[in-house]
Formats: sequence, structure tokens, C-alpha cells
Amino acid sequence: MSKRSVADLKIGERAVIQAFNDEVMSLKLLEMGCLPGAEVCMGSKAPLGDPICLHVSGYCLSMRKSEAATILVD
Amino acid sequence: MKPPIIALIGNPNAGKSSLFNQLTGLRQKTGNFPGVTMDRKSGPWSIDDQTTATVVDLPGVYSIYPKSLDEQVVTDILANPQHPDYPDVAIVVVDASNLHRNLLLFTQVADLGLPTILALNMLDVAKEQDKDVNAVRLAMRLGVPVVRINARTGEGADALRKAVMKQIQEPVLPGKPLFDPADEAPALIASTKAQYGLSNNYLALQYVIQHDGFTFLNEQQRNGLDTLIADHDFREVPFQASETITRYKRIAQIVTEVVTDQRPIGKPTWTQKLDRVLLHPIWGYTIFALILLLIFQAIFAWAAPFMDGIDTGVAWLNGQLKESLPPGPLTDLLTDGILAGIGGILVFIPQIAFLFLLVSLLEESGYMARVMVIMDRIMRKFGLNGRSVVPLISGVACAVPAIMATRSIGTRRDRLITILVTPLMSCSARLPIYTILIALVVPSRRVLGVFNVQGLALMALYLLGLLSALLAAYVLKLILKTKERGYFIMELPTFKLPRWNHVGLTVWESVRAFVWEAGRVILAISIILWVLASYGPGNDMQQAEEAVRREQPTLSSDDLNNRIASERLEASYAGKFGHFIEPAIRPLGYDWKIGIALLSSFAAREVFVGTMSTIYSIGAGGDDEGVTIRERLQQERNPATGGPMYTPALAWSLLIFYVFAMMCMSTLAATQRETKSWKWPTVQLIYMMALAYGAAFLTYQLMA
Repeated sequence: MSKRSVADLKIGERAVIQAFNDEVMSLKLLEMGCLPGAEVCMGSKAPLGDPICLHVSGYCLSMRKSEAATILVD
Repeated sequence: MKPPIIALIGNPNAGKSSLFNQLTGLRQKTGNFPGVTMDRKSGPWSIDDQTTATVVDLPGVYSIYPKSLDEQVVTDILANPQHPDYPDVAIVVVDASNLHRNLLLFTQVADLGLPTILALNMLDVAKEQDKDVNAVRLAMRLGVPVVRINARTGEGADALRKAVMKQIQEPVLPGKPLFDPADEAPALIASTKAQYGLSNNYLALQYVIQHDGFTFLNEQQRNGLDTLIADHDFREVPFQASETITRYKRIAQIVTEVVTDQRPIGKPTWTQKLDRVLLHPIWGYTIFALILLLIFQAIFAWAAPFMDGIDTGVAWLNGQLKESLPPGPLTDLLTDGILAGIGGILVFIPQIAFLFLLVSLLEESGYMARVMVIMDRIMRKFGLNGRSVVPLISGVACAVPAIMATRSIGTRRDRLITILVTPLMSCSARLPIYTILIALVVPSRRVLGVFNVQGLALMALYLLGLLSALLAAYVLKLILKTKERGYFIMELPTFKLPRWNHVGLTVWESVRAFVWEAGRVILAISIILWVLASYGPGNDMQQAEEAVRREQPTLSSDDLNNRIASERLEASYAGKFGHFIEPAIRPLGYDWKIGIALLSSFAAREVFVGTMSTIYSIGAGGDDEGVTIRERLQQERNPATGGPMYTPALAWSLLIFYVFAMMCMSTLAATQRETKSWKWPTVQLIYMMALAYGAAFLTYQLMA
């Protein structure tokens, strides 16, 4: 069982959300459409790799690397 | 009959404001929501011959659970039927190109049991992405009227009008809720409903989860809910998470039934292509720097001819009035007092207009969100947030709207620090002070062929302001410890062409607010100052005049008048104030005349230049046509040394003082309103004043 998170994705890489490891942060992310089972794609990264821009449920969502690290993927 | 209230609700960037502008046109009013200083935009909308409704534009939110202060207002209204803005009909504006996420908020609003209409917007954008939405099937699945609109062009407004009219006449409430909290926590929902007299299950859930933010509940009612939560062993975070997941699961079923998506997988949109450049490690920052340069260029160079025009116009009017009105104290008050004061406000309009024009273009197009992304990492180091960029940039025009713009920052500490340091950004009120003092002591010559030394000095002052804002933020970050976690989760909207009417309205609103808000203060101070400088205690001023006549019988009439005027000023109330504080400002190199200007600009720094011209023109006697304030300052002699009063040391000491000094009542008032405390405006005032005094002292002592 791997512990890869969205923060580990390379630009253009796709993955499916499995779970969250931070309950409070997960509320915000769920509302923004980051749902277990949803496919995400790393869109682009700001200079120095943080924050990141993620394609999820049909739009582009930016978040900090630390927040992306709470989204676990397969 | 009270006009029916129609609330516009929707995600940010769903086209809510466009629809609002379409419905209300230029008749909209900006005010405050009751009890909070949150901008409330409303306007009349004629639905039919007999009915005119009031449309209220609510802040854009992603869900009914607020993440920041500006989002709180939506829940406050929708959860409280006694609220004056509680809608008779709620129109939820939905972006058809992203139906999935937009429906989350819609289903929450509908589940509250309000008469709801879904306005399906941005079908053209969806079409570009090879998507289409079946509105009829959507209406059947959701059980509410669905109207296809195009908020930009106004298409669909008639159908919307009919649907709203129907909802007002015979309200159709949404049918079975998409998510019923009683399925998961039946006992808690039943007790809450019974105890608080509620009929809607989802509203009862909002009471349970959000009561801490509900100002319409009293303390006893809130404590009662805390007891209920404890009694039923309710855990709100997992409950809310499962609500969101359940909603999205059911929404996904609906979306697959109503949306046909034929987009080729993996084909990048042009927004994605643009983002590759705008978020690029090198190009991203280069482009942002160029845009900042453009903004400064606009504020300083492009606005200059307009500002000169206003200046000339006011001076001309002043001359005309002086000639045509009989001389006397009332005419003086009108010209030197009131008109000079008004002119001092009007002259800022071009700069403010240019700044808000460019900032709103950046926001409209979607570029500002990219700036927040590339700046977040840097801002975080200083205890700020990517979202702090907008307040800091707006602070170059005026700290008051900038401080109000901090409401979108969800983290309380980041927001507080942004509020506290934003006034260090050199606002447009400082510009006239900078301009006049730089012109006095910095030579106008070029270095390296292109750069004007005066321009470089000005640039240096602005950079000093920015650097001190960042440093102050860093220090505050070390002092203000918090357990709260900062976060930065933000939608990157697709790039759009700006809507010019929208941009125009923003510019118009901000200019109007500035003239009205700042204008009243400046006007009042100009009048008070003029009175204080024209009258003195007892007959001190009379005696001063007689003393000059007695001691200097040989002076020519011009010189005599000048001496008399200046002695009278010294004996006036204003002069006495100036002398009173002179010991405190002596170490900075200032005399009592500058003391008067400092005191009068305490409430609003833009008064400084006006005060200087009032003081030096009152102090210069009657015959002063064609002498500018700059020439007058140049001629001013230092009584102690006999040399010019405005040495580089004094001028730089004043410049540095004004970079840091918190001389703006409106900003303090804004900080007070936004932080809801007197502590933070006091902290702001003290730290900035201490900084100003210390830095000006060092400057003067090192240079003199």
C-alpha cells in the first residue's frame, strides 16, 4: 500500500483520489470537487514547485503543496 | 407592498455579477449588509408592469459553509427568514461548463426549502468545450424551474422574468431534498426542529453546524445547540464530509443524464496553454513585473496631464471667484479654504481611476488569480498569503478599499497581518507630498540617458514602502502565534475577455466612493484649519500686527504686509498649536509651520500640501499671484541659520516620515471595522508612528 499523494505527481501525470489524511482540510477539498474516485491531473506548478495547479472535475484548482500532500492517490 | 426580494447566488466566476448588471443596469446601489460592512449591491428590476423587485447580489461562494468573512453573509441571509434581505425567490446562477461543481451550492440552497430558480449560464463556454446541457431534463431531475441564460448578452432575461413572476405568484418549493440530514441523524434534527421552531431539516442542520457564526441567535440559543450536539454525540466534520460526498454522488448521476460531453480527452484548452507561460518560473515573474511597471507608468505618467488639467481648472476658478466676489473673510473661506480643499481631492481622481481600471481588468480577465499563485510562496515567507497581493497592489491607490479587499483571505492571521501592513504601501495621497518635496531638493537631471533622478527618488520611496510592509509582516508573523492553519485553495478561472461595462462600473464606483468619503474629511479639515489660522486668542493677532508696524516703520508696503501676515499667523490658534508641538519635532528638523501641517494632516495625509499652501499663502500676505507653493518653500529662510529652510536633510526627513506615518483616519476606521476591535487600529497607529519618528530622526541627524 503506497502513500503517494497529489503533491508527488509530475506535470501531466494523472491519478485517482483514494483518501485524505487530514479531516479538516478534506472538507474544503471535497467541496471544491476533489472526491474519492475522481481523476486528477497535475496541470502546472508555480515557480519553485509550490503552489500547484490541479485539473479536477472539469476545472483548474490551485493549492499549496502541503495541501496537495493531504490528498492520497493510488 | 414591500417589493419582493430576489437574491442572486452562485459560485465565483459563474456570471452572477454580469446577470446582476443586466437586470438592474445603472440603477444599482452599493451599500452595506445590515450589521456588517460587507458591500451589498442591490437594484430595482421591473418584472412586469405592476411588479418591481429588488435584486440583491450576494458574494460568490462554493458552498453554504463559509470559508471567509465575505462568504459568511450568504449563510447569514439564507438561514434567517427574519433577515431584511431574506429572498422571496433565490436565483442560483450556474456555470454550465462546470455543472458538476456548481450544482453543489445549488442543491444546498434548494434543500433549505426556498422558492429557487436555476439560471443556466455560460452555455456558450460549454459548447466551446463540446458540452451541452439538457435544461428540460435538468429541471425534471431537480424539481425546480431551469432557465437558459447568457448573462453577458442578456439572452434569456425574458424567460427568467416569467419564471420569477411565477415563483412570486405561486411559489413552487423544491421537491424531495437531494440530501436529507434526518436520514443520518434523525434524533438530533428532530430535537433541533422542535426546540427552535424550524420546519426544514437542512436548516436545522445549519443551526447545528454553523451556530457559532449566526449573529441572529442569542448566547442562550447558541449554548442550547452546543448542549444538543453533546447530547447526541454529533461529530460535525465527518458528517459534513459525508454530506458533501453524498451530494456529489447524486449530482454525478444527474450530470451524466443531462450533460453530453464530447470533448476529446487530453486536448489542452487555450487557458491551459496560457497558464504554461504565465506560471512559468521565469516568464511568469517577468510578465508580472512588466504589468506592475505598466500600472506605475499609468498612475504617474498617463494620469499627469489629467491631473494638471484639474489643477489648472481649480486655480482658474479660484481666481475667477476672487475677482468677482467682494473681498472679505467669506470669500477667503470659499477660495483658500473650501475650493483649495476640494481641488486637493479632485486632483487624485485620474490616478485612482487608472489604478482601479487596470486592477479590475486584471481581475476580470482571470490574470489576478495567476498572480496569487506565483506570489503565494514568497508572500508566505513574510506571514502573508497569495491573496494578500491584491490588497497590497490596491494599497498604492488607497488603503481603505485595499483593507476591505482582505476579506477574501480565509486565514484570520494572514488577513490581520495584511490589514496591518497594507497602509505602509505608498498610497496616492502621499504622492503630492513626495512630488513637491522631491522637486525641492532633487535635481531634475538624467542619469544613464534615460532615468530622471527625480523619478528614481520617487521609485525609491515606493520601494521603501513595499520593503517595510514585507518586513513589518515578517515581524508580525513572529509575534502573532497561531494554531490555525493557513491554507490556499483557489479556483483558477478560465481566461475571459473583460466586460467593459463591468470594468466601467467598478471604476465609477471607486472614484465616487473616494471623492465622497475622503472629500468630506478633507473639506472639514480645510475649513477648520482656515479658521484656526485666521483667528487667534484674544487680540494677540492684533498686537502682533501693531508690533510689526511699530518696530519696522521703514519697510516698503509689500514687505510690511508679508511681515504682518506671518506674525499674525504665528499669533493665531494654528500658530500656537505649531509652537506647542515644536519641541517634539525639533529633532526631526521641523519648525512650527511644518508642525501645523503635520497636525492638520494627522487625520488625512493628503491635507499636508494643502495646509502648507494655506500656511505659506496666509503667511505671505495678499500679493501672491503666480507664486507656486514650491517657489514659496524655496524662498523660506531658516531664522537660525539664514540659509534656506528646506535643506535636503529636512526634505528627506519629511519624506521618510510620510513613507511610514499612519496619517489617515479613514484607514484606521477601516481597520477598526474590519478587525472589529480597537486594539488593532491602536497597534497600527503606534507601530507606524514610532517607525516614522525613528526613521525621520535618523535621516535628519545623519544628513544634517
